[in-house]
Amino acid sequence: MARIIVVTSGKGGVGKTTTSAAIAMGLAKKGHKTAVIDFDVGLRNLDLIMGCERRVVYDFINVINGEATLNQALIRDKHCNQLYILPASQTRDKDALSQEGVGKILEELSKDFKYIVCDSPAGIERGAHLAMYFADDAFVVTNPEVSSVRDSDRMLGILSSKSRRAEQNQEPIKEYLLLTRYSPERVKLGEMLSVDDVQEILSLHLLGVIPESKSVLNASNSGTPVILDEKSDAGQAYADIVARYLGEDRPHRFIDEKKGIFGKLFGGK
Amino acid sequence: MIFFISNVRIYPTVANLTYRMSTDSQQTPYHPALEFKSSTFTVPVLVLSSNDMPSIEQQLQEKISQAPEFFKNSPLVFDLQELNKHELDIDVSGLTGIIRHLGLLPIGIRGGTPQQNQQAIALGIPVHSIHGSSAPTEAQKTKKITPELPEPQTDLNTTLLMTQPIRSGQRVYAKGDLIVLAQVSAGAEILAEGNIHVYGSLRGRALAGVQGNPDARIFCTDLEAELISIAGTYKISEDLDESVRHKPVQIYLENQALLIKDL
Repeated sequence: MARIIVVTSGKGGVGKTTTSAAIAMGLAKKGHKTAVIDFDVGLRNLDLIMGCERRVVYDFINVINGEATLNQALIRDKHCNQLYILPASQTRDKDALSQEGVGKILEELSKDFKYIVCDSPAGIERGAHLAMYFADDAFVVTNPEVSSVRDSDRMLGILSSKSRRAEQNQEPIKEYLLLTRYSPERVKLGEMLSVDDVQEILSLHLLGVIPESKSVLNASNSGTPVILDEKSDAGQAYADIVARYLGEDRPHRFIDEKKGIFGKLFGGK
Repeated sequence: MIFFISNVRIYPTVANLTYRMSTDSQQTPYHPALEFKSSTFTVPVLVLSSNDMPSIEQQLQEKISQAPEFFKNSPLVFDLQELNKHELDIDVSGLTGIIRHLGLLPIGIRGGTPQQNQQAIALGIPVHSIHGSSAPTEAQKTKKITPELPEPQTDLNTTLLMTQPIRSGQRVYAKGDLIVLAQVSAGAEILAEGNIHVYGSLRGRALAGVQGNPDARIFCTDLEAELISIAGTYKISEDLDESVRHKPVQIYLENQALLIKDL
């Protein structure tokens, strides 16, 4: 059985698609057969970040509607043959997604794949709900600023109460915090929440911190997941995250030691 | 007879409607004299399950005597849905008389028959519709207050225990006391008819004694709440003194004033 990972946040523009692409690539590079699904129907982006936009023939909605088979719609990544991409439809909207349809596709993928990464759209409506509904693990992507943290908190509430695991009274979804676009310098100046601040508010296991980095934009524009840029700090940070998720013990990097207001008040953790 | 507080939306049929003065509007500049706005109020709803006037009067009197200040001149909507479900008719003008006599101000009827609605309108009492076409009973409605949580099996006066964080956007309602062993995030709302205990940071809204019990208290180990309320008397975050912030405190009512004391 595959492990289904949802990459989610509530808020838009925090780095969900970048993270989905990077961790899917990271898992595949470690030799695990991985599929990454774009749930952002109508605002398709994952194919661009993965650099496969010119090879899209069929999409997620075609498969749900039975107009194409899963094998016809899955695109094999050109960097890693263990990685497959299921693109979203650009011409439809989220209403085209049905719970039964999504469930059937995930079940079929589960037979063949080790990991399935679901790239959630922003918001808490239908697309985001279906992206997280079947998940086993959740990567909650958060920026170190108050509105993103608040939205992540809201998403965590939904994960713990509206997922299939919650509805069927199974073991809850495992939740992990990914802090993206982190800048220790700006934390030091008091312009950004620190890791401790965010953890204090969310009380969530930190899987890793991805520093604000030019390499992320470059990677997006060139259509290669940033994790393949092994020299960049962001690429290394994602590699750490994948290793930690797979059970390796790696020390956290890219965090400044300076504590923010919450850290000072509570002495940190 | 069930008595509880619920949100009743009161809104004009045309929102944000402005009236123009009819006199020579071409020359005089346009000064709107009034404006309609839509607003939501929290109003007690009196749900009747019996049409026996003397016992209604007696039980209502008992309820009021438990929290006289809370009910004094309080607006009230009465709900006849339960009665009508059991085909028990009630004299609306007689009921209105009892309510007014006990110092409450009826401002609406809900779940009435067309005749009862007509009677109410004749008495100057507006008719409110029950939201949702399926028209759930009030007992079901109160349970639905925790939409994002598995429904707790609570009987009256039992304690509800929450071990997981209450996240932003979640609402928890306890019919008795509520104990939370984790944090309550900003944007979350916890309500209890009895006391509230939070053994974690309290950053959301906490409302104890929501059915009007002035003896209910809130206890927390770290006060950072957006709003605290006991039996309807509330304080917002801005009004909290710096000396109690981030402290373990208890909150209670004394002479209708909300007191926050260190634990």
